[in-house]
Amino acid sequence: MASEAHGAEEGGLTFHPMDQFQLESFFGDGPIGMFTITNATVWMALAIVCVVAMMVFGSSRRAIVPSRAQSVAELAYGFIYKMVEDVAGKDAVKFFPYIMTLFMFIVFANFLGLIPMSFTTTSHFAVTVVLALLVFVTVTVVGFVKNGASFLALFWVSSAPLALRPVLAVIEIISYFVRPVSHSIRLAGNVMAGHAVIKVFAAFAAALVVNEIPTAVGAIVTPLSILGITALYALEVLVAFIQAYVFAILTCVYLRDALHPSH
Amino acid sequence: MEGQLAHIGAGLAGLGTGLAALGVGNVAANYLAGALRNPSAAASQTATLFIGIAFAEALGIFSFLVALLLMFAV
Repeated sequence: MASEAHGAEEGGLTFHPMDQFQLESFFGDGPIGMFTITNATVWMALAIVCVVAMMVFGSSRRAIVPSRAQSVAELAYGFIYKMVEDVAGKDAVKFFPYIMTLFMFIVFANFLGLIPMSFTTTSHFAVTVVLALLVFVTVTVVGFVKNGASFLALFWVSSAPLALRPVLAVIEIISYFVRPVSHSIRLAGNVMAGHAVIKVFAAFAAALVVNEIPTAVGAIVTPLSILGITALYALEVLVAFIQAYVFAILTCVYLRDALHPSH
Repeated sequence: MEGQLAHIGAGLAGLGTGLAALGVGNVAANYLAGALRNPSAAASQTATLFIGIAFAEALGIFSFLVALLLMFAV
């Protein structure tokens, strides 16, 4: 048993589950500088091209009986519009383009990352932290512009007993500044964890042949792990959508706080 | 030795992700219980459900991050 596992390490298992997140220069093998076009750049650009293509082709015809592309574009638009209206309130609708952009970009980056051999841009904290920090700065600026100093009432819970309010204020301030951290890590962590688990199962599937000899253990483990990959892939398709939805809905929640701090 | 301790720590941090699963399950179970009692109100609360799941899950993701840091960064 132990010798077999060791043999698998030398023979089949030649990749690391985190290797898929390696940044590489897309053209040639040069070092990565500030403006190098990496695989992350290419896949992010591809995500934007896909979003633009879908929405432009979808809305260019404006048929009364929609085509398939138009249905999808209208469905996405209506879905996010309703979410913004329901969660953030009617006066948050002017931020709808921003939230729609965030959602579409994350959804497409996640789904493009699910294509085998592709690169998942949203699995990198650098990408999601920028998105989350942008939301954080926007929400804070909007809060102060809309409400002035009374935005600070967000931290002063007026419904609590007076003695408790300073304690609650400290907790509220901490939770306010942890927002961009959890907002970004949730997306990147979920996506990265899912992809890494799929790669771990892929490594198990390689156990069928150890040193070019089929093994008895492999005959059981390989079909099971391929089944596992299939099931996990289905779960990842779900997660790819739900995490984009959660990112967008939390942006709406933060915006609601900024627009109605006393709420 | 220190590298091995870091791996043990990563395994312990993995417990946190399992506990977050309990939290997420609790949110979903209570949502389902409420939805079966009053199905007409269920549809309007799916957004709240996802927000609750996201908050419960965040702490599990934090412990996953700690595990990753112990494995690859420390």
